[in-house]
Amino acid sequence: MDFTQLIFGIYPYIALTTFIVGSLIRFDREQYSWKADSSQLFEKKQLRLGSNLFHIGVLALFLGHFAGLVTPHTWFLGMGVSDMAHQYIAIIAGALFGTICMIGGVILWRRRMGNPRVRANSRFMDIFILDWLLITLGLGLITIPVSLMHALKGDAATMVYLAEWVQSVLSFRPEPVLLADVGLLYKIHLFFGMSVFLLFPFTRLVHVWSIPLGYLLRPYQVVRSKYVRYR
Amino acid sequence: MKVRANFALVFNLDKCIGCHTCSVTCKNVWTNRKGVEYAWFNNVESKPGIGYPKDWEDQEKWNGGWVLKNGELELKSGSRMTRLRNIFMNPDMPVIDDYYEPFTYDYAHLQNTPLLEAAPTARPRSLLDDSRMEKIAWGPNWEDGLAGEFEKRGKDTNFNDMEKQVYAEFENSFHMFLPRMCNHCINPSCVASCPSGAMYKREEDGIVLVDQNKCRSWRMCISNCPYKKVFYNWETGKAEKCTGCYPRVESGLPTVCSESCVGRIRYNGIMLYDADRIAELASLEDTQDLYQAQLDIFLDPNDPEVIRQAREDGIPDSWMEAARKSPIYKMAVEWQVAFPLHPEFRTMPMVWYVPPLSPVQSQIDQGNLETAPDGVIPKIETLRLPIKYLANMLTAGKEEPVILALKRMIAMRSYYRSLDVEGKTDLAVLQEVGLDEAQVKEMYRYMAIANYEDRFVIPTSHEELRQEDPYAFQGQNGFSFGNEGCSISSQATLFPEPRKKVEHVLEFNAYVPAKSSNGEAV
Repeated sequence: MDFTQLIFGIYPYIALTTFIVGSLIRFDREQYSWKADSSQLFEKKQLRLGSNLFHIGVLALFLGHFAGLVTPHTWFLGMGVSDMAHQYIAIIAGALFGTICMIGGVILWRRRMGNPRVRANSRFMDIFILDWLLITLGLGLITIPVSLMHALKGDAATMVYLAEWVQSVLSFRPEPVLLADVGLLYKIHLFFGMSVFLLFPFTRLVHVWSIPLGYLLRPYQVVRSKYVRYR
Repeated sequence: MKVRANFALVFNLDKCIGCHTCSVTCKNVWTNRKGVEYAWFNNVESKPGIGYPKDWEDQEKWNGGWVLKNGELELKSGSRMTRLRNIFMNPDMPVIDDYYEPFTYDYAHLQNTPLLEAAPTARPRSLLDDSRMEKIAWGPNWEDGLAGEFEKRGKDTNFNDMEKQVYAEFENSFHMFLPRMCNHCINPSCVASCPSGAMYKREEDGIVLVDQNKCRSWRMCISNCPYKKVFYNWETGKAEKCTGCYPRVESGLPTVCSESCVGRIRYNGIMLYDADRIAELASLEDTQDLYQAQLDIFLDPNDPEVIRQAREDGIPDSWMEAARKSPIYKMAVEWQVAFPLHPEFRTMPMVWYVPPLSPVQSQIDQGNLETAPDGVIPKIETLRLPIKYLANMLTAGKEEPVILALKRMIAMRSYYRSLDVEGKTDLAVLQEVGLDEAQVKEMYRYMAIANYEDRFVIPTSHEELRQEDPYAFQGQNGFSFGNEGCSISSQATLFPEPRKKVEHVLEFNAYVPAKSSNGEAV
């Protein structure tokens, strides 16, 4: 088995399985550890800018990647979005939200490493996952000039290959060969990105699953009864 | 009508001596752990003062509690959507320095230093990051006994609408203690603000709790509680708060703070209220009506209609019996000598306060203060504490109920003085304040004598209604933090471990006799 097959044919499934099964096990067995683990009690000023920018950026990037990579090619064409238009949207949105996310992330990183209270109460995984996300993000940002050069040459092949590879993985017919002509930079970014899913259940990132949208619909007061007959 | 019971307390401030026994026993039971060293589920504040955390009463600063918006109740911090927008960073949340930086001392240094000319000292060390603290700048009770300048403690919001500069002068200064804990509100704003629905009010006894397994550290409860009595455990990343000592209360025992109160100022009991009227009564336009509104939401446990409805709503008869004997009902409703703390927050708190009388005995003895005809009991106008200050604290500024309560307490003293000293009963003082002889005798028994069985009327919980299968319950422990309570968990875990302990500074080393400079043992 060659290296490409391992990283882009098998590793995605290891990462995604760990992501889903790991999250389920942790949710089932370790509810007490399921939390955002806020450090706001220690420091508030840097967090205000850092956390807001980082979260807005990272959520937009996730949704952007999801929409851009998972939506079938024919759907885009059906909607009248040409490959070049798609690529320019991806470049502009990626650059914008990637920068927002990076500014926020750097503020958060400086806060986590530089504030003695936050630093003293950071677990290994808290720092590790922040580093990992920032490296992944940095790699993603570096690909933008490369993509821009492709775009200026009118070449959308890399983007199409990437999307088709993602779709091949998600439809359980992995075709690592699609990535044969994709630049190394993209591949490293892919590896780091997939690894985020692998690491996910072992970090504080699990709080993403708990976005409390139900709060918008819930009545304000919550009353619980102990007595069986009223349950 | 929907009848619900609420575990409630009254604190008789007239007898509070500010000894902090309640706080210390509470701390030893509940918050003697890493992450909540700074948290005092019960604390005693010196008033006037800005309190703990700093300026907690100032809702313009913290945005806690409820407000009326177009006649409807809404959290002061905004709509549900506002809180979700602020979920990445809650702009209203206090930071730890608003409470104080928790610290310990290098006690081991006292043992480990070699012989010195000067005695070694145990210097303070931060419990947050283990760093040396050169100076402790604030603590849980920094203003004890009016410590500090008036400039600082004068920021107390209870001075609103008052000419407070008068009280900056030593001759006019006044002082009272205010013990505080979670109010287990009828309309809790912490519960309403929790995005994940982890906070809840128990239907049976009204105790407000945080489900530790559901809390996701969104930390909205911390700022939305106007009393700042929900705390963020920075070690576990979960909200924690006063539990109303529910494991004790369920067994018919008073809370730890109440049990240990040396002044016997604390009363525990049951109140019945009409859950169908919460929204209506908490949303009255004028904040000065909110004290009366809360009296109106309480139900009379002797009313046959209430008894019938309570049975329908599943309230056990033993609880109805306890409600009829409730010291809280007597003080809050029958004699109206107790008041809620800041009813204007619209949370309908269930810890009520008897305002303190504040005579200056030496001044009375010297004949400087105007007294009742008996020459001993002072008139209410001569009390040292401004009525307006008490009213700002207890009735949203409405003075009449506070004056009546203080007059009733004075009348009780007057009546008993005439009975004990002069051997005759002075009924005129009672008529003036609308009490009869039987009532004042009962007031005396509850408020002056304050026997254990009168202070604490706590029905046990009905576990038989709770357990579907009591047999299956055996072998389980009732209360624990984390997953330890679960029989399947083991030490090995794939998931993040708790942070390292920092308590090594407390370790004592073996004693090694020191030697003096010439090598001789000392």
